[in-house]
Amino acid sequence: MSEMLTKSAARNIFYGGSAFFFAVFIGLAAHSHYYAATVSTDVAGLTESVERGKRIWEKHACVDCHSILGEGAYFAPELGNVFVRYGGDKDAKGAREALKAWMQAQPTGIEGRRQMPQFHLNDKELDDLVDFLAWTNKIKTQNWPPKVSG
Amino acid sequence: MKYESQSIAKWYWFVAMALFAVQVTVGVLAGYVYVAPNFLSELLPFNIIRMLHTNALIVWLLLGFFGAAYYLIPEESEREIYSPKLAYLQLVILVIGAGGAVVGYLFRIHEGREFLEQPLWVKLGIIVAALIFLFNISMTVLAGRKTAITNVLLLGLWGIAVFFLFSLYNPANLVLDKMYWWWVVHLWVEGVWELVMASVLAFILLKLTGVDREVVEKWLYVIVATSLFTGVLGTGHHYYWIGTPGYWQWIGSIFSSLEVIPFFAMVVFSFMMVWKGKRDHPNKAALLWSLGCAVLAFFGAGVWGFMHTLHPVNYYTHGTQVTAAHGHLAFFGAYVALNLAIMTYAFPHLLKRSPYNQVLNMASFWVMTSAMAFMTFTLTFAGAVQTHLQRVLGMNFMEVQDQLALFYWMRLGSGIVVVLGALMWLYAMLGPKAASTELAGQAAPAE
Repeated sequence: MSEMLTKSAARNIFYGGSAFFFAVFIGLAAHSHYYAATVSTDVAGLTESVERGKRIWEKHACVDCHSILGEGAYFAPELGNVFVRYGGDKDAKGAREALKAWMQAQPTGIEGRRQMPQFHLNDKELDDLVDFLAWTNKIKTQNWPPKVSG
Repeated sequence: MKYESQSIAKWYWFVAMALFAVQVTVGVLAGYVYVAPNFLSELLPFNIIRMLHTNALIVWLLLGFFGAAYYLIPEESEREIYSPKLAYLQLVILVIGAGGAVVGYLFRIHEGREFLEQPLWVKLGIIVAALIFLFNISMTVLAGRKTAITNVLLLGLWGIAVFFLFSLYNPANLVLDKMYWWWVVHLWVEGVWELVMASVLAFILLKLTGVDREVVEKWLYVIVATSLFTGVLGTGHHYYWIGTPGYWQWIGSIFSSLEVIPFFAMVVFSFMMVWKGKRDHPNKAALLWSLGCAVLAFFGAGVWGFMHTLHPVNYYTHGTQVTAAHGHLAFFGAYVALNLAIMTYAFPHLLKRSPYNQVLNMASFWVMTSAMAFMTFTLTFAGAVQTHLQRVLGMNFMEVQDQLALFYWMRLGSGIVVVLGALMWLYAMLGPKAASTELAGQAAPAE
């Protein structure tokens, strides 16, 4: 190895190869960006209320307990498909009311059970948040998660 | 210590050590909330505890890297740091930012993307500090001797700054948000951070073993080449289920399986260097941490990463305690151990002593490492059970969590031992030192 590969050859392989793989990555990422912005998400449905819902999701750092599409903390349930878990595919209005009622009922205070804080969201904010979760549930995720349980 | 400005590193590392203590302490708190969920649930909810735990970790590791750069670049470039004043200004900005973030989190002042919860002003402060840092070390490196170690380190540090810029991009479309979020998270820890890790490890081994620089530097290029060749497209393993195209399942599976190569190469490289090296360096603790770093990174990042990276496996394990197991050992092995290695190596030089408190330091290695390994095993078992119950049988999340209680108790136990190990290490570094380690006059230990 010592005769076959000099330091400068190793250096050139490192720089050249890294540039090559990075260029391939950028190309694929550009395509994935296009795909995410046109194919896998409901672009028409990405309303202002969905965006407001996302900002509420961020404002209260929900991702530091819950996961969304499998990413986040693993302390509380997956929420990427929570809308369907609450029956939103069959009864959207019922799921919305159930989710809002759940958030308003927190914390449960039950001894030995994980507690979700009360974030004091008003009715409009709760609707926005549910809009965001309903929109997220429509993302084409290659059929993940395997079960409705998330 | 040959150059006066190397002592800048000491101050970065003092702050890093303080945040290390915060990180592990808050980690135990989070582990306790897992088994006693009502504890502090109103005063300090779990999401705040977790962001303190993760953010303190990231910031102290970065401070450790900055310190490592300020320590090793003068020796490699054979000159003083371009501007020590700028280096201290950078530290002040980072301390204000980190302190502001920690206090702010306690009062619910934060943003809401995982690991990037810092308020905007802190993010901008980090960017300003990074620019000062890059200017300062680039000026030093450009004016001095150029080595593979400085080339790779500099590229890694520039990459850290460039990819952090994507933390400012937060579109309304969740899929795009997630796609570019990984450009910070993955391209850091499985990309440019590996360049920092390999170059710092190469520097320590060069000093400890006395192996020929040409050999070390050639291997350094080979290893970091395999890091980026596999790690960049390995990003694909995060693009399986977030609304990105299906081809990532192939690209991600193949390239991220190969991500084990650089970690394996680092193990082979470091043991070969020690085996071939003729120098009998007195700092045995630094050697232990360096070899430990390579081995633990191989298991934590390499083996535990591979375990759930193939897409048919990840379909079931994604976002379970398996991920948590991998995350804990990977960060400990690759980056915590690296920082503790360079600090263990450099502090005797910075304090103008021969290596001190070696036995305690080495004991802390075994205590921390065993506890982290035990934590990883318990979380892996928890993850396997969770995957089966939740992802195969479709049981409800909270019912499954109740089944995992025993594992969470054992994780808490191992976490407490990690804190004890960390305190032992901090005491070994900062506590009283034997008078016999004081160096008289010009005598310096072998570097």
